[in-house]
Amino acid sequence: MSKSRKLPALLVALVALPLLTSGAGAEQPASKRSGLGRLAHPDEIRAWDIDVRPDGQGLPAGSGSVRDGEALFQERCATCHGDFGEGTGRFPVLAGGRGSLDKESPIKTVGSFWPYAATLYDYVRRAKPYGNARSLSDDEVYAVAAYVLSLNDVVKDDFVFSRETLLTISMPNAAGFRDDDRMASEKHFWARSPCMKTCGKGPARIVGRAGAIDVTPDAKDRPRGE
Amino acid sequence: MSGPDRPPSFSRRSLLGKAGLAGAGLVATATTGARGASGTPDPAITDIQDWNRYLGDGVDKAPYGKPSKHEAHVIRRNVSWFTADTASSINFTPLHALEGVVTPNGLCFERHHSGVADIDPAKHRLMVHGLVEKPLVFALDDLKRFPGRVNRLYFLECSANSGMEWRGAQMNGCQYTHGMIHNVWYTGIPLRSLLAEAGLRPGARWLLAEGADAAAMTRSIPLEKALKDCIVAWAMNGEALRPEQGYPLRIVVPGWEGSLWVKWLRRIKVGDQPWQHREETSKYTDLMADGRSRRFTWVMDAKSVITSPSPQAPFRHRGANVLTGLAWSGRGRITRVDVSIDGGRNWTTARLDGPVLPMSLTRFYLDFDWDGREMLVQSRAMDETGYLQPNKADLRKIRGINSAYHNNAIQTWRVMPGGETENVEVS
Repeated sequence: MSKSRKLPALLVALVALPLLTSGAGAEQPASKRSGLGRLAHPDEIRAWDIDVRPDGQGLPAGSGSVRDGEALFQERCATCHGDFGEGTGRFPVLAGGRGSLDKESPIKTVGSFWPYAATLYDYVRRAKPYGNARSLSDDEVYAVAAYVLSLNDVVKDDFVFSRETLLTISMPNAAGFRDDDRMASEKHFWARSPCMKTCGKGPARIVGRAGAIDVTPDAKDRPRGE
Repeated sequence: MSGPDRPPSFSRRSLLGKAGLAGAGLVATATTGARGASGTPDPAITDIQDWNRYLGDGVDKAPYGKPSKHEAHVIRRNVSWFTADTASSINFTPLHALEGVVTPNGLCFERHHSGVADIDPAKHRLMVHGLVEKPLVFALDDLKRFPGRVNRLYFLECSANSGMEWRGAQMNGCQYTHGMIHNVWYTGIPLRSLLAEAGLRPGARWLLAEGADAAAMTRSIPLEKALKDCIVAWAMNGEALRPEQGYPLRIVVPGWEGSLWVKWLRRIKVGDQPWQHREETSKYTDLMADGRSRRFTWVMDAKSVITSPSPQAPFRHRGANVLTGLAWSGRGRITRVDVSIDGGRNWTTARLDGPVLPMSLTRFYLDFDWDGREMLVQSRAMDETGYLQPNKADLRKIRGINSAYHNNAIQTWRVMPGGETENVEVS
């Protein structure tokens, strides 16, 4: 690409090195490429490359304390989430719920459910506050995340969240997830020849009715029949 | 936000309006819907109607046409108690009022995490970077010049579809019980073409797809799926994507849960492991009875629903009737749909009509005479892998009742002698 001559040296290095070393085009020979699109500028990548992984890859420099986070949370988050992450209305509850996941009414919060602290950073940075995303500085995101973790007793009140302290955080439900196991645990849903006649025990009995609960919105959408 | 994964409190009853139909007297005594009898001429025939006399609208009246005003009830609907705010909520496709297998663009259900992004297409970019040889930026025009454009019909189902029904029959209408689904012709280019253009580097195993909306929605997608059949699409059913469906660009992930189909797609990052972001850990994971959760439950299991008779589209006459519904599977083609009218004790194989395509809605019919007696109607789908749609009890044995997502159990409608139809559960 002729444009690359005008690009900063950093990008040229970034791009050229892998081209030389990776046996380029294992998927498709370079000659078959359409040539459409253009090289991304390093500043463009920096502007959008905000994702953070559980191992902390993507976390920015900087830090934020629980104490700073408390003030920010009251100002920017508490309207929906409540002063202590208890949630207002039907907005999400952020704290509590530990030990509830196998109960009749599980409460999924950052403390009871979220497996990774880095994801909390990622999510606050990309989407919060609701309705004014990307308005917190990197340090402020650290602080808000630290405060939410403290509301869940995952970190102490003197905690300062940063790249360096990420790995000291132990999320209570980190081991609470397993990969999709349907092919094994639900194997019996496959390859059955379905019962077609006199299936089940005795006639079907009604054991539950939506009408008894009556939570469907007033549809008023009957077709205009004759 | 509070996703559609909390069952409603029954105490909300007092806040809500009365559901369903007017009740008694639904079924017409005559065997025909047309008024009149041999002794009384039908004024629909004997009177000259206004539309038969006066001029109608000219061709300049509706540059973008709308359905007849008499179809104004056929709309997406939401459930106000379901979420805290409509900008982070869901509405439902009126399946009970639709025919065939293609969902009209304006009726495709919506699910947003921070509202509908209002994007100027001239300012929209797609970046492909990460473990690639050349990080690239594409404008829409670039994408539309790519060789190998494809058109594909696929269903998109939210994994929370039927989520309210885990704990028992709740919503009176297939729009609400099954309406987080639509079926659309997409036009775009295979994602593999874009990845080849950028050149994958060794170690590439996963993609992160990111939207340009105020949630900057992200999901991790395994590279294998991306190379197999994912599409970067800009058109639906022949026209540009609707804003609420991701205008100007979305990713199509056939057969897999809807939240992976990132709308307003602006970035694809290639990496060597999944990102475990909020929408694939805190949400869109399936809580099992033991308190642990399944994650990365991408594939949508085979499922079906009878769309008529159903609470919003009951039988209105005795005698000849058409029972109809939809079936689908994220694992491939639907091979068969069985229908029961006695709550699952005896089954009859329905007729499939229209295109039977992999990972697409499939229409089924059963034509029969209804003698007016009470029925417990059910449908049961089977796909080409031999997966048979389970009943609720069998599914709960494995998945408990707190999963919130991935409820593909058999649905029962109770058709009462008057025609009124209700969502029920049976033994």
